[in-house]
Amino acid sequence: MDTNADDDAVIRVRDLVVDFGGAPVLDRLCLDVRRGEILGFVGASGAGKSLLMRTIIGLVPKRAGMIEVDGVDLGAASASARRRVERRWGILFQQGALFSSLTARQNVQFPIREYLRVSKRLLDEIALAKLEMVGLSPDVCDKYPAQLSGGMTKRVALARALALDPDIVFLDEPTSGLDPIGAGEFDDLIRTLQQTLGLTVFMVTHDLDSLHTVCDRIAVLAEGRVITAGPIGTMLASEHPWVQSYFHGKRSRVDGARAA
Amino acid sequence: MNGEPVLESAGQGAGHGGRLALSAGGLWTAERAGELERLIERVIARHPGVDGVDIDMARVERLDTFGAWLLERLMRGLSAAGGEPRITGLADRHRALVLRAREVNRAVPASPRRVMLAASLEVVGRTVVQVGHDIAAVVAMLGALAVAVGRAVVHPRSFRLTSLVHQVDRVGWRAVPIILLITFLIGAILAQQGLFHFRQFGADIYVVDMVGILVLREVGVLMVAVMVAGRSGSSYTAELGSMKMREEIDALRTMGFDPIDVLVLPRVLALVIALPCLAFLGSMAALYGGGLMCWAYGGMSPDVYITRMRDAISLGDFAIGLIKAPFMGLIIGVIAGVQGLSVAGSAESLGRKTTDSVVKSIFLVILVDGVLAMFFAAVGM
Repeated sequence: MDTNADDDAVIRVRDLVVDFGGAPVLDRLCLDVRRGEILGFVGASGAGKSLLMRTIIGLVPKRAGMIEVDGVDLGAASASARRRVERRWGILFQQGALFSSLTARQNVQFPIREYLRVSKRLLDEIALAKLEMVGLSPDVCDKYPAQLSGGMTKRVALARALALDPDIVFLDEPTSGLDPIGAGEFDDLIRTLQQTLGLTVFMVTHDLDSLHTVCDRIAVLAEGRVITAGPIGTMLASEHPWVQSYFHGKRSRVDGARAA
Repeated sequence: MNGEPVLESAGQGAGHGGRLALSAGGLWTAERAGELERLIERVIARHPGVDGVDIDMARVERLDTFGAWLLERLMRGLSAAGGEPRITGLADRHRALVLRAREVNRAVPASPRRVMLAASLEVVGRTVVQVGHDIAAVVAMLGALAVAVGRAVVHPRSFRLTSLVHQVDRVGWRAVPIILLITFLIGAILAQQGLFHFRQFGADIYVVDMVGILVLREVGVLMVAVMVAGRSGSSYTAELGSMKMREEIDALRTMGFDPIDVLVLPRVLALVIALPCLAFLGSMAALYGGGLMCWAYGGMSPDVYITRMRDAISLGDFAIGLIKAPFMGLIIGVIAGVQGLSVAGSAESLGRKTTDSVVKSIFLVILVDGVLAMFFAAVGM
């Protein structure tokens, strides 16, 4: 399973082992994310999708293996090199993880204020621009997270993830909890932003529609490793029973539409 | 040029029909946003009312949202000065972003301007209204608790005895060591201060009267109430508040349970039961501390201390302290419940309500202590 010996990989994970409560959840996992692609990452609940994401971004310690982002080996890098890499990525957490004591605008401004030296005027303008780019109206910007709906929370969180114009964005189930229309709009938004900003997107998702419409490639996690990776066609043709039932199950587009 | 953003005049060529040509280059990115902004403001200020401007973006290596927005700001600034700016030489990979930036920040929401005096008056007004709401909330909670007690009396099986026992263990039994330690020290300090000053006019023995009456009537129960407010009132507010934030309280309601029955009543009752016990133990520890200090520092033998104590205090003094204790427990419990259930969505609100809970219950405990002191004086106790 070394079909992903890519030269153009932004994120390169090799032989990663991560324990959770004693037992290894990720077992010698290898994964490449290519520059400028949207990678959908799927797997059964509890298979370790979010765990992998959290390990790559450094929230969970790994037991063995190598994680390389933009050519920097995160395990061996100095603190300042790590910080430089961290500046280049943005993360959208599943629940948004907005700072509840700051308004939407202040949430977006927070990383900019900390990392860049810009004037108050530019800070305000950029924050508003970011919020508008994720499709929010300007009157949202002075609301607190508790006053926002689920969809708006996700959008504000996306705007915050994009605040420093990152090269890579990690999205943890970006469309979960949204209605199909909202989820569709969010998919379009991610696609548009990815094209305008030239982002690399690592997206953990369960949303079959997202996988079909926006993902360039899909990686499947099972038994602690990536069992297959490739475009949707590869997934549909896969022989693996789990992949088969995932993409050909009752809720899948292909067979569901046929049955109807 | 190590990526420095550039925006320089490329000469006012006649071939351009009198238009000003600007040439941009370098990195137009977030890291350079500060420099770039100053650069752009200089250009806008230097060219008021030019006829036309061509901005050549061909040499720009990288452009992100920050750069795109600043370019857009430059365009708007020049347009406002009548400059009819045009962008040329824009790389294809940057085009979408520049077009997107054109749409944003069109309608800037007006941030509400406030007059200082009006704002400070508003704060006063809001505070007064808030005090009114607080009183109403406490009365409502007392009413709800009374109803809950009534229900528990009618249907004793619905009463949560296990929860009550658990809470008494938490706020009563587990608080014993710290309460004993602190009241012991308070008693010792009272005795030491009394001895030091009373000795000057040979009234050493009256220290026993002072310690006895003060501890039993006031200090014992007050110290214990303040400590319980800080230790248990705050944790109740934080607990109920985070349950409110995670919609657990709503879940209880939808299942047909009253959160007052399930959560608040056992906690309040636990405080009402635990506080007199702790006040009793605390008072004893304070008397013991006072006696030890009289012996070690005042040279008074324990026999003398005990005999004098027996003469100095009456059962009334002892009763007054213990009668007050359940009321203080009730106050702490009710305030903790009210504050906990009024937590809104944010972490900040949880912190504020927890602080409010402690501050308000300590204030009310002292206030009620004063009122009861007047009451006991009036009935001659």
